[in-house]
Amino acid sequence: MLRIECPYCGPRDHDEFRYGGDASVIRPVHDDADFEAWYRYVFVRENPAGPHREYWQHVIGCRQWLVVGRDTRNHEIASVRSAREARA
Amino acid sequence: MRRLHEGGRIDRSRPMEFIFDGKALAGYRGDTLASALLANGFGLVGRSFKYHRPRGIYSAGPEEPNALVTVGARGRREPNLPATTVELADGLVAESQNRWPSLKFDIQSVNGLFAPFLSAGFYYKTFMGPTRRAWMVYEHFIRNAAGLGRAGEEPDPDRYEVRNLFADVAVIGAGPAGLSAALAAGEAGAKVVLVEQDFLAGGTLLSEPADGEARAWLSVTLARLAHMPNVSMMTRTTAFGAYDSNVLGLVERHGSGTADPAKGEARQMVALLRAKTMVYATGSIERPLTFANNDRPGIMLASAARTYLNRFAVLAGTRVMVATDNDSAYSAAFDLAAAGAEVTIADGRAEPTHERLEQSRHWGIAVRRKSLISNALGRHAVRAVTLSEPGGTITLKCDLVVVSGGWSPTVHLTCHLGVRPVYREDIKDFVPGKLGAGQFVAGAVTGGFITAGAIEEGHRAGAEAAAFCGATKSVQPPFSLDLAEINAGPNGSHFVTSPRSGPLPHFVGGKDGSPARRPQDSLPTRSGERWFGNRKAELTKGKAFIDLQMDVTVSDVALAHREGYESVEHLKRYTTLGMGADQGKTSNVIAISAMAGLRGMAVPDVGTTTFRPPYTPVAVGALAGRSQRHLYKPFRRTPMHDWHVANGAQMLETGVWMRPSFYLASGRDVDQAYPAEMRMVREAAGLMDISTLGKIDVQGPDAAEFLDRVYVNGFAKLPIGRARYGIMLRDDGIVFDDGTTMRLSERHFFMTTSTAKAADVMSRLEFLLDTAWPGLRVSVTSVTDEWAAMSVAGPTSREILAAAFPDLNVSNEALPHMGFLEGRYRDKPLRIIRLSFSGERAYEIYTGASVGKEMWCRLIEAGTPFGQKPYGVEALGALRVEKGHVAGPEIDGRTTLDDLGLSRMAGKRSGYVGDVLGRREALSDPARPRLVGLRCLEPGKRLSGGAILFRPGERMHGHGLGRITSVTYSPTLDASVGLALIARNAAEEGAEIVAAYPMKGQTVRARIVSPIFLDPKGERLHG
Repeated sequence: MLRIECPYCGPRDHDEFRYGGDASVIRPVHDDADFEAWYRYVFVRENPAGPHREYWQHVIGCRQWLVVGRDTRNHEIASVRSAREARA
Repeated sequence: MRRLHEGGRIDRSRPMEFIFDGKALAGYRGDTLASALLANGFGLVGRSFKYHRPRGIYSAGPEEPNALVTVGARGRREPNLPATTVELADGLVAESQNRWPSLKFDIQSVNGLFAPFLSAGFYYKTFMGPTRRAWMVYEHFIRNAAGLGRAGEEPDPDRYEVRNLFADVAVIGAGPAGLSAALAAGEAGAKVVLVEQDFLAGGTLLSEPADGEARAWLSVTLARLAHMPNVSMMTRTTAFGAYDSNVLGLVERHGSGTADPAKGEARQMVALLRAKTMVYATGSIERPLTFANNDRPGIMLASAARTYLNRFAVLAGTRVMVATDNDSAYSAAFDLAAAGAEVTIADGRAEPTHERLEQSRHWGIAVRRKSLISNALGRHAVRAVTLSEPGGTITLKCDLVVVSGGWSPTVHLTCHLGVRPVYREDIKDFVPGKLGAGQFVAGAVTGGFITAGAIEEGHRAGAEAAAFCGATKSVQPPFSLDLAEINAGPNGSHFVTSPRSGPLPHFVGGKDGSPARRPQDSLPTRSGERWFGNRKAELTKGKAFIDLQMDVTVSDVALAHREGYESVEHLKRYTTLGMGADQGKTSNVIAISAMAGLRGMAVPDVGTTTFRPPYTPVAVGALAGRSQRHLYKPFRRTPMHDWHVANGAQMLETGVWMRPSFYLASGRDVDQAYPAEMRMVREAAGLMDISTLGKIDVQGPDAAEFLDRVYVNGFAKLPIGRARYGIMLRDDGIVFDDGTTMRLSERHFFMTTSTAKAADVMSRLEFLLDTAWPGLRVSVTSVTDEWAAMSVAGPTSREILAAAFPDLNVSNEALPHMGFLEGRYRDKPLRIIRLSFSGERAYEIYTGASVGKEMWCRLIEAGTPFGQKPYGVEALGALRVEKGHVAGPEIDGRTTLDDLGLSRMAGKRSGYVGDVLGRREALSDPARPRLVGLRCLEPGKRLSGGAILFRPGERMHGHGLGRITSVTYSPTLDASVGLALIARNAAEEGAEIVAAYPMKGQTVRARIVSPIFLDPKGERLHG
């Protein structure tokens, strides 16, 4: 089990969260018609063995989307930030 | 073997009766089943897995490979428990396993005679390939012959629980290191949970002579811990798994005796302990020696013999042969001699430690040097051993053989998170690798086997662990305990902890009060022999077992090597080594060493197998806890649930919800009821509970812009007071969900989603607002549970609505199709939307959940004169098929707008989610599916959901042209109809198709038609 330190609710079990995929990919703006950009955003992933930034939502809690820095080799979580703040 | 009149940690004032194989026996409180059996003279307690060889008690802990028993009867029957871990209880019923007709005379022990055929890979070679069929014939007999205990077949009457725990510091193991760690962490102010699998705390100290210093140290330490409110001690609790983020899986067993479910007592409880840090003080397990017939009853680990003597006051033999290659077994030898046994030591080393030799002389024990045990004689009990010595072989009589091949650190838990253990040549075994932050090790698990060192190490680990989580109160130095251990191993290695700096305050020990001394070094010795035994002896004299539980011998390992199964993982699977209930706790390292020897490699190059949870078996009941039957998962009930149940609804589990499937008033079973309910809706009216729909409140200045982006069709221009059907795509252009959204004001919308996707849609909207478009000033709130919802559908629906709400104008002009009205009902908001799923004119009525049932009753009352009755999801699903409405079976995560014939929804818009990738070239491939209707052409036959489609005459092979997604009987058409997804280039209306259902060997002819079977112009719903 992972324990994720939600910035709003404190440390919680990962089954309170929903995984939301890679947070390092950049979403094109909504009316961007560039096929390549959307293709990269949806399908192309680094899949690193090591530090990874990913989205988790605290669904059974504050419902905020978070950006979690997790090491894919040992599941150690280095950082948790709200997605809105991480973007700002 | 016998019970001593005094000593031990058993309570002689609390005698207990128990039954083993039908025989009433006596023991004491404080006994394990194993110690009580030994005290009653039971040397033979089981038969082995494959060869049915007689087996005795081999150890005194969870590593026990031999003495597996079945405990309890009927529903409480639990097989394969090591007798060494079963706490004796009054009335306990146990039986031996894998023997017939009796333990002493077991018919299948003749398997031993066929042993040459039962070697590693036997089944594989014999029954795979050309002779595979033979397996079908023999499997039954073989499975009956080989095996462990039989599980009970009756339901378990006991209760199991799962609970959640939190701690700063989790200490695993209450031996000297763990106790010391808990004490230090507790003093530092941390919240400590100390976990111990035994029913007593103390670990190896419990096996020290009961009158010695260890007992005093233990009682003082336990008393100090008991006074610390921040330290909780959990005995009878096994930490079976270590998981990420310092989470431990614990299983707590109920204390002696059977749990009383009537009192709410759980037989076992799984606890998830979330700790900030962990101290692994898991100790070590003694390694056996390998020699011919090393499995005979009366052969046991030296530490076990010492435990039975000192803790349980059972002298396991009177003529004892101690076979060892290290110093630790000498302690057992001395204690056995002190208890009156005649002891001989066969030491494999040329130069045993000087001090040990002197002590042996004191006890009158003969020490034979360079003496390797090579065979054990006796069948149901050992009666002599053969020793190989430089001068030749010698056979000596004995009734107990205790063996020690050194110690294996109990690294299991430290490896569960993927940290590989590291081999240490000096102890010829593995120690924990580099652990993650906040994880500490102390005591024998580190490869140091001296009590004083364990205490100091535990103390330091406890204090560091506490400091790691911010508890830094000052901590007293630990009380030392010097047991004058000398633990030199083979080849001059020293089983000692690293030197410490500075003297320790001395609690007990050194006779003159001097500081605890470092364990003495000993002279290097060379035995020159591998301790896993020699094969020659086995071939001439009998089997030399490595894995006692799985009956894997030295020759099996050699065979695996010869046949190329050299890697540890192959060795394991080919020979089944380490795959028993004990998971090879006493055999893995020996097997790896044996393979290393055969391959001429160093042990670390051969590797280790992977340690996975659980450390010891956990009952499935304990893992399930109360999550069984109706408590397996939560059910959501709508506000009208009780009414449905009281009025003959047959409830159906649909996703997380309970919904009416049909009502008994419509028919006695679903096949009879749903067409009747459909007819009712088409001819009069029906009332449906739709509270399960997802409902999302969307507000904010940019709400319209937001909806414009998430739906393929535009919402910005939706007039206030109107509703619109919308479709959402995923980013990859595949259809995500559909639903209706109505506009309450300029900045306020009310969105509904499908029942199944409600949670996903909500989460997705939040994702887009939090991560993609944080600039949009929009707030989304799930209001699914706040609203009760119901739908009145059918030709008489308007009359019903007018009767139910005489104050509202529900005329076609005031409330047209996709029109929307707001009002109040009993102080709660009321929203009425005219839209249709069934194809009939229909109204959805939303009101506060607390008045939902009342509203439902009002509509039932208003509708009854107009022929309205409630209907269930079965009819609902069928009505929408007739109307050609897509739902979950068609919106299956693979279909596009175009596939579903919904491209017109998007029109020429752009900028919505899924727009760009939805226009991928591959998605306009002519082989893409297209939604069509199918009408069965064979009277009396039915279309089947999931059937695959072929052209008439075409060979039925592969996936066909497509498949049927939804089917129903249409009372309107009096035909079996369905929706299907079929390749566009075959989706020709009017063409004939064959629907095949290979699972049932069925084929049906059908015609491709428009998916809208009914009212294609929509006159019914607009009327």
